[in-house]
Amino acid sequence: MDLSLSDDQRAIRDVFADFFTKESPVSIARAAEPLGFDDVLWTRLLETGAAGMAVPEDHGGAAATLSELIVVAEELGRAIAPVPLIEHLVASRLHPEPDIVAGQGIATVALRPADADGVWRLVPGGAVADVVVGVDGNDLIAVRSDPPGRAPRNHACAPLADRPARAGRSGRSSAEVERTVIGPASALAPALDEWRTLTAAALVGIADAALAIGVDYVKVRKQFGVPIASFQAVQHAMADLPILIEGARLLTHKAAWAGDRARAGLRGTIDIDDNEIDDYPTLAGMAIVFAGQAAAHATDRSLHFHGGYGYAQEYDIQLYYRRARGWALVLGDPSTECLGVAERLFGPATAPATGR
Amino acid sequence: MEFTLSEQAEQFRSEIKRILREVGTAEVIDRQHQTGTFNSLEVNRALAASGLLERACPGLGRGDPIELWILFNELDKSGVGYDGISVALLAAGVINHVGSDLQKQTVIPSILSGETLVSLGYSEPDHGSDVASITTRAVRDGDEWVIDGAKMWTSLAHEAQWILLLTRTDPDVPKHKGLTMFLLPMDTPGISIEPVRTMGSERTNATFYDNVRVGSECVLGEVNGGWRTMGVALAFERGVMGGTASGVSLVRHFHHWARGTGLLDEPIVRERLARIAIDNVVASLLTQKAAWIAASGGLPGLEGSMVKVFATEAYQKAAAWCQQMAGPAGLLHFHEPGAAAEGYVDYDARHAPVTTIYGGTSEVNRNNIAERHLGFPKAR
Repeated sequence: MDLSLSDDQRAIRDVFADFFTKESPVSIARAAEPLGFDDVLWTRLLETGAAGMAVPEDHGGAAATLSELIVVAEELGRAIAPVPLIEHLVASRLHPEPDIVAGQGIATVALRPADADGVWRLVPGGAVADVVVGVDGNDLIAVRSDPPGRAPRNHACAPLADRPARAGRSGRSSAEVERTVIGPASALAPALDEWRTLTAAALVGIADAALAIGVDYVKVRKQFGVPIASFQAVQHAMADLPILIEGARLLTHKAAWAGDRARAGLRGTIDIDDNEIDDYPTLAGMAIVFAGQAAAHATDRSLHFHGGYGYAQEYDIQLYYRRARGWALVLGDPSTECLGVAERLFGPATAPATGR
Repeated sequence: MEFTLSEQAEQFRSEIKRILREVGTAEVIDRQHQTGTFNSLEVNRALAASGLLERACPGLGRGDPIELWILFNELDKSGVGYDGISVALLAAGVINHVGSDLQKQTVIPSILSGETLVSLGYSEPDHGSDVASITTRAVRDGDEWVIDGAKMWTSLAHEAQWILLLTRTDPDVPKHKGLTMFLLPMDTPGISIEPVRTMGSERTNATFYDNVRVGSECVLGEVNGGWRTMGVALAFERGVMGGTASGVSLVRHFHHWARGTGLLDEPIVRERLARIAIDNVVASLLTQKAAWIAASGGLPGLEGSMVKVFATEAYQKAAAWCQQMAGPAGLLHFHEPGAAAEGYVDYDARHAPVTTIYGGTSEVNRNNIAERHLGFPKAR
């Protein structure tokens, strides 16, 4: 048991904290709106080797563990960096083709199966990805098609887009849609848990950045002749945030640790009666719910204590506020995630709901 | 980060589980609820006999530092009241940090044997969160000190052999600088005890000190250094010595009951139980971090405040949800037919309110986080 970062985690954190601080100040995220993608930043990021980090060495990658990748994701979140690295890392493990491992091609993952028209709806990173990995019917497939390069205008200025899983009713011809079957539909589940865990880490980064911005602001903003940081109402509302952030960080690390064990073939346990839970899918679901809550709360409190300025586009906190919601909600309602967690903890409901 | 317990720590945990299964029977728990004294000598003795108290004592434990967390986490989850063990080990940790050689030699071994309990005499009728303003006086008289005053919430004073007593020894200096902590025997003439009954069944006490005369060997730490001693004690108490896993037994009791009634099939019940379970895991992780620091010889003053606020407020939310989800059955006490989860739902709903008060209110802990972690100015 050791709840501090390992030497490897520390080294990776230092590299990427430095990278995002230098290459992705908040002005970059602001300038990348409304698409939410900066191709210069992506190109720079490739120089760090980030694109192939998650891929095994025999496919030319760096074989980083999930425990290491979440450290990168937290720094990415802290910078609200406009690059779909999390989706790319997840997809690259499923479909490690050379251009994807190198990052020349951007890959992403569709979080929900294709609909009846053969379209994946609102795929994160879908506006810019060359390859989408996702479920269509009984198969997990990878589809190459031209990215639209634009996203529907959205809350988080995220590069979301609908993408075709097959030709036909999606409005694309078979020449435009290059499909590769890479496994059964069930093969997506561990990838979604990786997405949950990495996104949870990014949300921890967003929350931590929002706290820092809020703390700095209330220390300098004066009302009634004193900094508003001297008011207990402000202090207590802010004091909750480091608790939630540290809790979310520890939970996310535990999920990643369980994920690495699961990948090594070790099964985790679920003992709700004893609060002994090291089952990966359970912890990944818990992490995205809790980190999503922490990020929503931290950005809300921080924005609120900016007063009207927090609501103004000129101030940065609104950028974090919108991403704290948007980055998590592309997966769906957190209450549905909770039902997934409950199913693992308590087993399936044995009878249809009565509605009491 | 590494979340696997060492083999040694796993063995330690199995041993505690075994002892609690054997000694912490339903009858023992029931008696605690009936008497309001959430301490059972047979449990303390059994843990001590296996050397488990000694291994987990903060600053003294020779085992894996995480064993401090394991001991209190297992006690918390078992549902066996352990107020005596937590205060006694806390006192042992404080004595180890600031006590004299004599105190270390006489008191610590008797605590670790499971025979001796300690009560905490900090709060007074008129001084709670502002504990530095207490007025119980200790006045020098030759080689002796004479103590006069009154303390509130001195839980287990009716069972304890010792009390940690915070007194004012210099009324002419700023309030934090004129305090002295004493460690004195409860059978010292002049101490009297009156029971105070609480909503959560727990019996606590008011204690009175009338011309209590003790020698200077009873001073714990420095004369007028009581605030520092207090800081050490609070750093061990908050988030370290248990009280952060109450939600675990609540979920256990509730979901078994809810499965029987069919309630566990309701999506709204399932969602809430999942949210409670998430909070329980987070509380456990935050507690592990604070306990690790304490057991390794540090003072987790900040980390303890953080987990205490989180775990107790999450527990209150959980207790309220479970009572609501149970409906009228959630109002029924132990031993009443039809009581939700055999009465635990009602018990947790009655017990939860005190958890954000004792050991430092949520407000005091938020002040601590605001000042020490966020760097905000004192707001009072």
